[in-house]
Amino acid sequence: MIKETTIQSLLYVIVFAPLIGAIINGVFPRVLSRRAVSIIGVGLPAISFVATVLALVGFLGLRSADPTYTAVSASLFSWIVSGPISVDFALWLDPLSIVMTLVVTGIGSLIHLYSVGYMHDDPSYARYFSHLNLFLFSMLLLVLGRSLLLLFVGWEGVGLCSYLLIGFWFDDMDKAIAGKKAFIVNRIGDFGFLIAMFFLIFALGGSLDIPSLRAMVADPTSIFHSNTAMVTAVTLLLFLGATGKSAQIPLYIWLPDAMAGPTPVSALIHAATMVTAGVYMIARLNFLYVLSPVSMAVVATVGALTAIFAASIGLVQNDIKKVLAYSTVSQLGYMVLAVGVGAFGAGIFHLMTHAFFKACLFLGAGSVIHAMAGEQDIQKMGGLRKKMPITHITFLISTMAIAGVPLLSGFFSKDEILFSALALQHSSGTVAPWLNKLWFGLAIGAALMTAIYMFRLYFLTFSGELRSPDAHPHESPASMTIPLIVLATGAALAGYLGLPIPGKNLLHNWLAPVFAGGASAINNTGSHTLEYALMGVSTVVALAGIGLAWALYRGPWQHVPAKLQESLAGLYKTLVNKYYVDEAYNAVVVKPLIGGSKLLHRWVDAGLIDGIAVNGPAKALAYVGRTARRLATGDVQTYAAIFAIGIVLLVLFVM
Amino acid sequence: MTNIPLSHWLALATALFAIGTIGVITRRNMLIALMSLEIMLNGVGLAFLAFARFRGDVSVHAAVFIVMAVAAAEVAIGLALAIAMYRNNGSIDLDQASRLKG
Repeated sequence: MIKETTIQSLLYVIVFAPLIGAIINGVFPRVLSRRAVSIIGVGLPAISFVATVLALVGFLGLRSADPTYTAVSASLFSWIVSGPISVDFALWLDPLSIVMTLVVTGIGSLIHLYSVGYMHDDPSYARYFSHLNLFLFSMLLLVLGRSLLLLFVGWEGVGLCSYLLIGFWFDDMDKAIAGKKAFIVNRIGDFGFLIAMFFLIFALGGSLDIPSLRAMVADPTSIFHSNTAMVTAVTLLLFLGATGKSAQIPLYIWLPDAMAGPTPVSALIHAATMVTAGVYMIARLNFLYVLSPVSMAVVATVGALTAIFAASIGLVQNDIKKVLAYSTVSQLGYMVLAVGVGAFGAGIFHLMTHAFFKACLFLGAGSVIHAMAGEQDIQKMGGLRKKMPITHITFLISTMAIAGVPLLSGFFSKDEILFSALALQHSSGTVAPWLNKLWFGLAIGAALMTAIYMFRLYFLTFSGELRSPDAHPHESPASMTIPLIVLATGAALAGYLGLPIPGKNLLHNWLAPVFAGGASAINNTGSHTLEYALMGVSTVVALAGIGLAWALYRGPWQHVPAKLQESLAGLYKTLVNKYYVDEAYNAVVVKPLIGGSKLLHRWVDAGLIDGIAVNGPAKALAYVGRTARRLATGDVQTYAAIFAIGIVLLVLFVM
Repeated sequence: MTNIPLSHWLALATALFAIGTIGVITRRNMLIALMSLEIMLNGVGLAFLAFARFRGDVSVHAAVFIVMAVAAAEVAIGLALAIAMYRNNGSIDLDQASRLKG
């Protein structure tokens, strides 16, 4: 039996162990041997994971003793106390944060282990582990923070680490620029987050402390229920933050470029954990979001559009990591759709299964890139099935999971989202009834595309014959294959935590207390006949997609893709160029901004501020000095004359 | 002498002071400037004595003695400066003693 105080101490261990690792590896990168760096870099996240498991065991014990037990809170110190605002540096372990913490520390530890093999030859080995540990610390702060402000600290921290790790090889200008892009685009979203917090405090008189806020919102006479417009504003601004962090339209553009970082970073930060922060935040604030049907509809629509938009780009990309990047954007769209239709449990479920299969896919891709000596173009790969058996089988399992092959994890989680989108009924009235069908249609279209592009990737990479003769692929070392095996097992089995059987859905039962506030306003239970029918539909869709991919890239229609490229050249070019969104942003936002900045620099900064405000007084004083200097002739008699005249004038004045 | 009114004494004192002032301001030669300064001081002393007489207050004489003592000291320092200046500049022309100007 683990006591509550022990769990509180464990919480500190969970959060601060990676920070210690980051500090040690960050401060002594030259002193420590590679072996020591690895032990510290992997060991401290592993400690964090073990502490999480212990905390979970303790939590289960407390909950079995008292079924109403919902959360462990550990307040380290009082951080900000100012008038009505009071923020503690407090951690908060409830069912939702337990799930997230397990995902973050578990998958995080595996990816740290994988990095030992992947980054083995890198000269900045210690810096890499320092940044990665720092990321884990920030992410845990984000997940476990009890107040929105602490969550925001973690939010910014993961953004910083993301920037540092995307630009890890910063002597390559393109990679440095990709890091900068990620940071700036995220800042736009963060701005919305900040404004939302100000509105929450000053316009709604709310608290930043999430449990207190939930208690406030639970009161039906509170301002949250009367001032729906402000609640909509707050939730939409928070969602702007989520579109940045979770790579949704319109701020998704940084994520594909973020693939410039080392592949384990892509797996951990840009697939499994950080990018799901937006989804987590919305799930965390479910009680607030359900108050505004408009915000919910916006969230769901953005999610559904992102899902299909990114999937369509993924169809034609040739860089193995780019395909996975667009796939991630698309899958994040699913999660956002899920929380947007009030299926918070389904969103977290998909977040979890996605963390497994996408981390596995990225690590598999890393293993392939490693074996192909840095080659990322899938057109030059092929036939890796025999050369890399472990990578192949784990990659295949994860591909099937993401494509929605029945009985694997992705099937259950994606299906639940599709079903929730169709069955949503909001107690305060749906914005427009046809939206449900739109969301469902977009999501099922995206599911079909997912199956196609993922199996296109699989067939081009692993089956057939190797298309670059001078490559000598080989299986990766154990430190890389062990994480693959563990993650693939998770990708296969994680779905059984959320079986769609009434009352038997473990994850839903587990998360129910967290989403109690939101669930009261949302009804997307629907009929189970419908749910099972939809399962049939999505199975057909998944298999059709896989079949199509097989026929086009492996089977009898292999000449078709080239023909399609010719006959639909316009569409193909648009897709390859990602709908020209980057170009459009460049023309509409970036160039005017840079041009405007240059003008501001020339006229306002150099002209007005430097020229007039700063140099102006200096020049004026110098002029006065130069002129007044002439009075000081050094001629005593002149002084005497001036003195005499002065006296005379003074006397005249007095008289 | 008792018939001469105060205003006349004061007019004479002012005239002496003004002549001295103009001498100090205009003459180039430092010795003459110093002498003009003495005339200014004498003008002041004369004004003091005139007031003393017309007010019947003898204590003002003390002030006149102080003025004379200061004038003596000033002449001593002034002449010393003139010698120093002559040694440095080769002349005691005040127009040329402007090396400290800004």
